[in-house]
Order: sequence, then structure tokens, then C-alpha cells
Amino acid sequence: MATKSGRTIGYTKQKTAKELLFCWEALLIVILLAVNIMNICLSSNYLNLYNLFTNINSFLVKGFIAFPMAYILLLGDIDLSVGSVVCLSATILGITYNGTGSIVLAIIACLLVGFACGAFNGLVLTKFTELAPMIVTLATMTLFRGLSERILGDTSTKGMRNVKWFANIYDGRIGPVPYLFILFVILAIVFGLVMHKTTFGRHMFAIGANKVAAEYAGIRVQRIRFIVFTLMGFICGMSGVFYSSWVGSIKNDIADGYELEAISMCVLGGISSMGGKGTFPGALIAIFIIGLLRYGLGLINVNSQTISIIIGTLLIFVVMAPNLKFKLPGKKEVDSTASEN
Amino acid sequence: MNQSKGKLSEILRQREISLLIVLIILCAIVQFRNSSFLTVSVINSILKNYAYTMVLSFGMMIVLLIGGIDISVGATLAFCGMAGSLLMKNGILPNCLSVYLFTTVLGFALGALIGLVIAKGKVIPIIATLGFQYIYRGMTYLISGSTWVGTAYMLQDFKDFAQGSFLGINHLVCITIVIFVVFFVFLKWTMFGRQIYAVGSNAEAAEISGIKIDRIKILVYAICGAIAGLCGSMYTGYYASAQNDMATGTEMDVIAACVIGGVSLNGGQGSAVGVLLGAIMMAVIGKSLTLIGIDAFWQQALKGAIILLAVVINVLVQRGIDRRNLEGRVI
Amino acid sequence: MADTILRLKDITKIFPGVKALDKVEFDLRPGEIHALMGENGAGKSTFIKVITGVHQAEEGEMYLNEKPVRFKNTREAQKAGIAAIYQHVTAYPHLTVAENIFMGHQKIRMGFVQWKQMYDEADKLLKELNADFNSRRQMGTLSVAQQQMVEIAKALSMDAHILIMDEPTASLTKRESEELYRIARKLRDEGVSIIFISHRFEDMYALATRVTVFRDAKYIGTYDVDKITNADLIKAMVGREITDLYPKPDVEIGEEVLRVEKLGRTGYFKDVSFSVRKGEILGLTGLVGARRTEVIQTICGIEKLSSGKIFVHGKEVTIKNASDAQSLGIGLLPEDRQTQGLILDWGIGRNITLPEIRRYVKGVFIDEKEENKAAHDVAEEVDTKAVTIFDKASSLSGGNQQKVVVAKALNSDYQVLILDEPTKGVDVGAKAAIYEIMGELASKGYAIIMISSEMPEILGMCDRIVVMCEGRVTGELGRNETTQEKILELAMTKKSAERSAVQ
Repeated sequence: MATKSGRTIGYTKQKTAKELLFCWEALLIVILLAVNIMNICLSSNYLNLYNLFTNINSFLVKGFIAFPMAYILLLGDIDLSVGSVVCLSATILGITYNGTGSIVLAIIACLLVGFACGAFNGLVLTKFTELAPMIVTLATMTLFRGLSERILGDTSTKGMRNVKWFANIYDGRIGPVPYLFILFVILAIVFGLVMHKTTFGRHMFAIGANKVAAEYAGIRVQRIRFIVFTLMGFICGMSGVFYSSWVGSIKNDIADGYELEAISMCVLGGISSMGGKGTFPGALIAIFIIGLLRYGLGLINVNSQTISIIIGTLLIFVVMAPNLKFKLPGKKEVDSTASEN
Repeated sequence: MNQSKGKLSEILRQREISLLIVLIILCAIVQFRNSSFLTVSVINSILKNYAYTMVLSFGMMIVLLIGGIDISVGATLAFCGMAGSLLMKNGILPNCLSVYLFTTVLGFALGALIGLVIAKGKVIPIIATLGFQYIYRGMTYLISGSTWVGTAYMLQDFKDFAQGSFLGINHLVCITIVIFVVFFVFLKWTMFGRQIYAVGSNAEAAEISGIKIDRIKILVYAICGAIAGLCGSMYTGYYASAQNDMATGTEMDVIAACVIGGVSLNGGQGSAVGVLLGAIMMAVIGKSLTLIGIDAFWQQALKGAIILLAVVINVLVQRGIDRRNLEGRVI
Repeated sequence: MADTILRLKDITKIFPGVKALDKVEFDLRPGEIHALMGENGAGKSTFIKVITGVHQAEEGEMYLNEKPVRFKNTREAQKAGIAAIYQHVTAYPHLTVAENIFMGHQKIRMGFVQWKQMYDEADKLLKELNADFNSRRQMGTLSVAQQQMVEIAKALSMDAHILIMDEPTASLTKRESEELYRIARKLRDEGVSIIFISHRFEDMYALATRVTVFRDAKYIGTYDVDKITNADLIKAMVGREITDLYPKPDVEIGEEVLRVEKLGRTGYFKDVSFSVRKGEILGLTGLVGARRTEVIQTICGIEKLSSGKIFVHGKEVTIKNASDAQSLGIGLLPEDRQTQGLILDWGIGRNITLPEIRRYVKGVFIDEKEENKAAHDVAEEVDTKAVTIFDKASSLSGGNQQKVVVAKALNSDYQVLILDEPTKGVDVGAKAAIYEIMGELASKGYAIIMISSEMPEILGMCDRIVVMCEGRVTGELGRNETTQEKILELAMTKKSAERSAVQ
């Protein structure tokens, strides 16, 4: 068609070695290795598989939340209510168990509450598209935390870990590998494939990159946002179950700050909080960087506050690094957080 | 044309007025349930109690005006407050004024650092301030050795200042009023104030018309930091102690006050009067729940619900206005 | 007074990797309107930015009143009396008109902004320009034409004696353009020298005495407007001759594909009815404010309908969102390519396959090989100027971006294609290519609706023309019964009816 100019357009792409070398994920792997080497040097105990997994398990409870958070950031949205949703659903789990004595019922209630909280966020955001997700989830963060304060008051729920199989959700292992880790790996694969290999994932990238163009292309933008926020709620409910299985007693201040931790993991992993850019493997590596860094520094008795400073600095430097690189003269711009892979 | 112009300025003015009406209704309801509400002592105590969030709202406001956000204000407040208290404890800061000055200057420096990272490092505001929130809060614990500074170590005139009053108005409230007036004038009548609006409204255009965007960004974050530093003194003075976890989550209250007050998170829109009303609204909500006999444990949930309701109603009202305008159009 | 007020010699500007200007020259006489023309990417905008101090040239000299000058930033250029009105209106939507006018040179006394003085002076300037709004209006509530007037007032407020207008008529209607011409002539008569950049020949003929042409970052020549023919000018701009700009093939028109009846959306339009048939190109035209775009947005499910019916192949359908419309075979090529039509950050391949990505799913996953192959095929079919399908859409020129949008539509199974201002901001060469593609699509049996404000293309390409005015259809004309005058008359019908009613 049209007056042909005889131009041909290429359609196969090979990543050059340089591109692979300088991509974000490569940088993250280097950081992860550095963290591990540091940990090995710091403690002879570090490579003890059993201990290592014990520790990995404890940050996986948070790590699960980073999965849907990656989706939400990819859409160009943000969810600050996740910590409160974990708390509220764990609260419901606790009081349902203390009230009925049935842990199965309690788990179902917990997941349902998480699901409902997420759906509520999604509903408000998709029905009132004028509202910034930041302010809505800020409000629901206070609201959900407040509900759990109302329910628990100064008390805490206890006794869940007396049910052996429930405690085993967190404690149980196949060999040295905890159940939780296996589930984490499975979910990571599923989330990663959905993000990069399916229609749904492509649609998410499109919405994040240009919401208007996505809508014109026939993508049901609001439906996808609703699904993702609801998914986030559900995963928070799950995290609530794991938390209960881990700690056993639920107070109204648990899971405080999870939202920031999950966002940090994703952003460190190269997911732009402006939406539309990032890779899932990057986020996955970043979960381990932050988790293991905390662990390693904990090993040498660095207090948790210093760790906060280190993580905050790392977060800023890592995001700033590529911007500073661009200033070098003569160097071609490398889009290290490219959406295509 | 003229007709639509009339309507428009009407709407523009409405934001502050409707806010005022809601505030009055709110106060009336509380007054109805508890007649001790609208008394000088209660109002004074509300204002005194929330003085630091009100002041902080103005700092947050200018950050929001340029289209940024600063969620590290709580941590900046804590670090400045803690640093000031420690120096007071060690006798390095000899009097009340020096503490206030010190925390304000320190806050300015901390804020400038944030601004530098955002403007020159091109880190988006929410991420940069998230990082600095970790850093400044961590540093608070670090410098205090995870302990707190109790009343006994605080200078007497520093504690007295927070409780004392000028012309019957508490000093902290006086500071709030002064800050409000300064921001009101500064934003409306100075070059720098107008440049803040210009950058928030259209950064690209601002650059073409010769405004140095980076400098404005850095200054705005620095001012916000200075305000947070000032609040650090107000906070520690009011509570007569400095805790490591003080003012945790304050950024959320402050952002909420701004948004309720009509500041757009996209920048370029918002007024000092609106922010003042928004901040008063947050204060009244926070305080009145106990006054009308609502269980203390309900407070947090209700606060969340009210913020949510406020923004949703705002949208519904706007939609209603738009629809009425559309229906009125002759085709 | 010197013979030339502004002279540039051997200006070269290099951006990383590209020479944006290659030894170009230019001279401006006092009190003349000088047109600057060239295809997109010819370097006109960069050239302007060199004059106004946004960019600094690597080589070359610039003389103002025969004195060498070098502007380090925009402020220095402003001080020297040079003001520019840029292509994309650079306004502050939240601020008042007065503040927009005086931004950068506010009236300040003792450190305080003098609002009253600014409003008064702004009103005076607006009055000189015959503006129908006052300076206290919020900028964001003005129409594009009104905003442009504010930009001109801004230039005047700086006492500019050299005024540069970068494509000011691109988004104006004919009538608004006339108003702009009037203002430009008035300024010229008052001694202002104007550099006028435009794609439209009518602009040049209406205003300029001389025209300078750039092509591929190089200076081609300067001509007297009344001594150069249209064809020669096109040849100078494109580098080759374009014989037939409107290649409208004769196509046998088939059965009706889409019909809308009494369509309405509260506050926007009412009682809009028309239909389009297989192989037909239907023109939808009118002045700005006729709400053509709003009509097709409701047909395509972007906005909600408040009354009326839509029929596809004679069957009534409900369209709730864009994907409903697409599955009924209605495709839209939106007006604003950059925000509505494309994801600029993405490669052209992904842009093309986005609406139909489901088609490449094998099992649960997308088969990217097949996707890329398909994207490549359509991209070549419309002759996109790109190296690979992974080139970012943002790296293409306006015309090529439009081709990608067309390719995107071709890759989907549509029967009705709605093109909203398909040649807006597209250079002459690419325009011809787009018309050619439209003609071929019609012969392939697509039913096409083209929205356009440009009379020549409406007259040249359409089988039937529906004219709208302020939310209503005011007439429908066949290909052979139309003239420009008839269309204009219909496009302004409503207004004259109102006027007679008042009388």
C-alpha cells in the first residue's frame, strides 16, 4: 500500500552484550552478590542453609506484598494502605479464631477481609477516577488501621500457634526449604509471567505508559485497576495469615510500614513509580537485596535504625545513579529501566 | 462569555467558602452534642494541640504546589526536635530562641538536601522523600542512642514558651498565625511565590520564561524542611519531651489537611486560606470525637472515614457543578 | 534604520548525534512579515530557539540591527525585543490571563506584585487585540485561539519589535486564523517585524512578503511570495514534485455500515444523525466548537451517550466502552496522536499490536515472534520511515507517527475507520501519503469518516460531507454539489439563525 519507498523495517532484536551488561537487573545482581559476600564475611554462620531460610522466611511475609505492589506501581498508581490491610485481616483472623475456635473459618475470614479491603480501594478509585490513589489509600490506611484499633483496643489475640498445622504454615519445611519459600517461588513465577508474557501484563504496561492511549486502544483501564487493587488486598490477607502463623499474637500496630518497605523493594527493583516501566525479575531481586541486607547487618548487631538509614540511602542512590550516568559527555543514553525485554 | 466567567469565579471562590460552611456545620454538630466545645479554653487547647500540624501544612502546601510531595516531614521534625533537645540537654543551646533558630536552620539544611536530590539527581519526589524518611528517622534514633530526652533535661524557658501566651493567645498559636500571614502574603504578592505557582502549573513554560526551576525546587523543599524544623521545637516544647518516634505519620495528616483545603496533588492549585481551613478541619475532627463521647478507639477509623468522605464529596460536588453547567448550555 | 533588523549567518546547531541546523542563513527586514517554511524536521523550531536564546548555536553569527549579538538565555533575547509564540501553547492553566501575560516580567513594587496594575495593563492589551475576555479569567478555561491571543498580548507587553510565531494557526479554524491575520497585519503596520512559521500555504499568501525555505536542516532559499509558484515552493520544501495531492479513487459505494440517529450528549451535541457506507469517505466538518470530535468519541465509546441510537449493518447496538466499539468493527484514529493515539515511550511494533494483542496469544502467553512479524508487515505496508519496529514512537516525525496510528488500525479487523484530523501537523510529503492510504482503504471496502477543518482536503477526499455547527448537524452535501462557500455557510448557520432571532 501507498507509494513504496522500498524501505524495509527490521523486526528482530538482539540485545547487545553491552546492553545486557548495563541493564538494571545486572546491576541489581551485582548488588545482591555484594550483599551476600558481605554477609559471608561478617558471619561464618551465614551459609548455614537452615538459618538462612529461617531468616528469608521472616522477610517473605513482607515480600509477598511486593508482588502486587509491582503491578500497582506499574499502573502508575500507589497503595499506602497495605500495612493496615495486613493488620486488619490478621485481626479478624485472631478474633474469629478466639470467638469460634475454628482456624479454618478464621483463615477464610482473614482472606475475605483482605479481599474486601482491596476491592474497596479499587471501587473508590475506579468510581471516582478524579481522586489521586495516594490520598485515597492514605485515608483507607487510617481507616483500616482504625478499625483494627477499634476491634482490639489495647488487647491482643493469642493462641493461634497452638494449632499445630496452622503454626506449620510458617514453620513447616521440606528438607531445609520452608513451605512459604516454595509458595513464594511459585507465586513469583506466576506474577512474573503474567506481567511480561500475557495480555493482562501488556495492558498494564500500556495503562502505566499512557492511560489515555490505552483507553483509546480499547483496554478496560478501570477494570484492570480494580482487579489489581483487589488482588493486592487478597495478597495482604494472605500475608496476614502468614503473619499470624509466624507471630501468633496480633496487636493493632503490626505490619506498620509494610507499604513503604514494599514500595522500596519495587522501586529499587527498577519499577518506576510513574508507571509503565520496570521488570518483575528486578523487583524480585530487590526483595532479596533488602531482606538479606537487613539480615546481614542484624548479624553484626547493627541496630535496625542504622539499617533504615542504609536502606534509605541505597534507595536514593540507586534511583539517582542512572540519572547521573547520563551526564557523562559523549555517552549514549541507556534506558536502564526499559520496558521491553 | 461573561456569563460563564461569572460562574467560574463563583466556583473558584466557592472552594474556600464551602469549606468554611462545612467547618461551621461540623462545629455546630459538636457544639450541639457537647456545649463545652465552643469555649475559649477548648478552642485554645485545640489550636495549641494542633499548632504544629497547621504550621507543617503550609510547608507541605508549597511542596504540593510545585507538583511534589514530601513524606519525610515527620522524620525531619523528629530529627530536628531530637537534635535541639539533645543540645539543650548538653547545655550547648542556652535559651529558647536559640533552640527554635537551631532546629529551623537544621530543618532548612535537611530539606535542601532533599531538594538537591530531587532537582539535580532527578529522583521523583515520593521515592526521594521515602528514602529520606528512613534516613532522618534512623538518624534520630542514632543521635539519641535510642533513648528519649525527658522534661527534666529541657530548659525551663523553652517549656514555658510553649505554654505561655501573648495577648491571651498561646505562643504556638501565635506562631501559626504569623506563619499563615507570611505564607498568605508570600504566595500571593511576591515574585518567588508566583514562580512556585508557575512551576507547578507548567514547568516547561516556566523554564522557557526564564525561571530557574531547579533552584525553586531546592528552595521549596528547603523551606518545607525549615518549617518541619520549626515544628520540631514546637512539638518538643509542647510535650516537654523528645521521643524517637514522635510525629510518626504526621505527613499523612498534613497531606490530608492540604488536600481537604483544596491543594491539587498535581501542582499549581491551592491557597493559603484553603490550607488553613483544611488544617483547622483536621484539628476539629481530631479533637471533637472525644468531646462528643465517641470511644477513643474509634478515633483513628473515623478520621480515615472522614478524610475519605471529604474528598469523595468534593468530587461529587464538582461533578454536580459540571453537570449543571452542561445542562444549562444551549445547543 | 538599517536595511535588515535581524540577520543570521551560517548558523549550525548540533544535538548529540544529529545536525539540527547546517549553516543556515536568514534575514528579516523592518516591518515585514517573513514566512519560514519547511517540512517537519527541517529545523524550523530549532532555528527559532536559537534566535530566542533557548539553544545556543555551535557556529555562526547573529546580527541585530547589524550589531553582533549572542543570547545566552531567553531573558536576554526578550530584553533585546525578541518575543516568540511557540508551537505548543506554553501557558499556565491555573493562573489568570494577566499573570500569564506578565510572567517573567511582573510589575513589582517594593518586592510586592502589583495585581491591580497588571490587570489594568493586561486588559488594555487585550482590548487592543479585540479580545472577548478579560484578564482575570483563568487561562485553562480559554479556547486555544483565545490562549494564542494571550500569548500575543504577552509579546506585546514586552515591547517586542521582532515577533516569532511558530505554527500559530495549526489548531485554529479559518475564522480564527483570519482574526490572527488581522492582528499580525496590524502589528506589522505598527512597525513590528514578524517571522511566521506555518505549514499552510494560505497563511503565507495571506500575510508574507517573503518566504524562506529550510529542508533537512539546510537553507534552501528565500523567495518573494508573489514571484514563486505553489509547485516550485512545494518542490523546494519536499525536494521532489507532488503531482496529485488528492488521489481520490472512484470506488463503488456499497451497503450502509454505520448509522447514527438523533445522537445526543448533554451539554455537547444533540440530534446528530448520519450514516456511512462501504467504500465511502464521509467528511465531518465545521468550525472549532462544532463538537465533531465529541460526536465520534461517543460513537467509539470513549464518552457516554445520553440519547440516540447507533446501528451497525442495520442492527441497533449499545457501545459502552472503546472495546465494545472495536469488536463491532469501529476503529478510531484520534485527533491527538501523541496522547491518545500512541504510547510514545513504546516501540512502534508494540503500539501497532496493542489493540489486538489477544490475537497473538498462544495458550496463555503472547507469541512475540508472531507479534513482531505482524507489526512489521503493517508498518511496511504504510511505508513507515523507521529502522526497526523497536524504534520508539517518540523518535518519529509527526507524519510517520500518524502512519503508525494508521497501521495500528489496519492491523485490527475494522469495517469503519474514523479519522480525526488525520493530517494535522503533518508535512506536505506525509500528507500526500496519508491521502493515498485513505483512498486505497476506501477501495478495499472500508467505510471511512474523516473529521477535518481543512476545506481543501474535505473537498478533495470526501464523497459526502456532513457539516456541523455548535453541536448540531446543519447540512449534508454530496461531492458534486459542494463548494467552500457552501460549507462555510452551513458551518456558521446556527450563529446567523441566532442573530436573526435576536433581531
